[in-house]
Amino acid sequence: MEQYGMTIGLGILMGTLARAYMLRSDYRQYPGYPHGYVTHMSLGFIAAALGSVALPAIAEKEFAAVTFLALAAQQFREVRNMERESLAALDEAELVPRGKDYIEGIARVFEQRNYLVMVTALATSAVHHFTRWPLLSLLTGFAFLGVSEYLMKGKVIGDIAEVEAGQLHFAGPLLMVNEIEIMNVGLPKMREKILRDGLGVVIHPKNDNARATLSNMGQRQAIANVATAVLGTKKDVDTPEFTPIVRKNIDVGSIALFCVPAEKDIDGLVAAVERVPVLESARRAPLKTKAGRIAAD
Amino acid sequence: MAKDKLLAVVTLNKEAVGGDVPIFFASTEEEQARIAGTLAQVMKAMVHDVGNGVYVIVKH
Repeated sequence: MEQYGMTIGLGILMGTLARAYMLRSDYRQYPGYPHGYVTHMSLGFIAAALGSVALPAIAEKEFAAVTFLALAAQQFREVRNMERESLAALDEAELVPRGKDYIEGIARVFEQRNYLVMVTALATSAVHHFTRWPLLSLLTGFAFLGVSEYLMKGKVIGDIAEVEAGQLHFAGPLLMVNEIEIMNVGLPKMREKILRDGLGVVIHPKNDNARATLSNMGQRQAIANVATAVLGTKKDVDTPEFTPIVRKNIDVGSIALFCVPAEKDIDGLVAAVERVPVLESARRAPLKTKAGRIAAD
Repeated sequence: MAKDKLLAVVTLNKEAVGGDVPIFFASTEEEQARIAGTLAQVMKAMVHDVGNGVYVIVKH
């Protein structure tokens, strides 16, 4: 048994480090309450332990032990449910909610991170098991961490579209950002306030895939939510006029965001919108089909 | 979206409105804006300008 001490220990160490590293990198996706950190670190530790005992278990011909991996998968699906439920509950108190799609995306990321931890731990312990070089196995662990970080990065709005400042103006009671209609604002007082403090940006999709993605309401809600999270909002429960709204130009497919931020800074808003993650659930690729390519030209 | 609800109408033009929504009459545009603003604030709703001297208050 002692011969596996180092193998399992290194696996657990690298796996837990991986989880800690991934907790650090998700500042926008999760508020990071201390309790949340404890929960995810413990689950990460368990995932690491499961990953690192898999190979020694096989080496000892304890094949039944491997079925624990199935148990782990079940456990981590539970993580997704837990994240989804708690974020959805918190969403009700938000002035500008994240929206179901964004929450689903975040929950999925949290589940998937545990699998990455398991794979990292498995790789680390495997290398140590076969080579008996602790240093090499640690390096493998770091390499896996780097690769998974790179692979899991996901796209942001800035990758699929051009974001530029837009001009807010009124056509009668109708608020517009450039040529895109946003909403009808009745009160003259509110119109003045909006012109004084509001900001607008226009998002031009780079191709048909991006256009379809930006049409998704969940994706648009995510854009409004991130803009508010970064720049704040002047909206309160009795001023629905200041709700950030994302509307599209139905002819071209470009998207306009209107918001009344607490910090009026157009460069900040453009930068925030460019960094909004493209939601996995909103991703569309009509250009991958033949019919889509025919329609595109 | 389906939860949008028309709560009240504030009008300068008595001929233009009718029906079973609460209707408020105003004699000047300032009065109309003031009434609509107060109602919207109380009911946490939004004022829209229909264009013919009629404001509608809608909960979104």
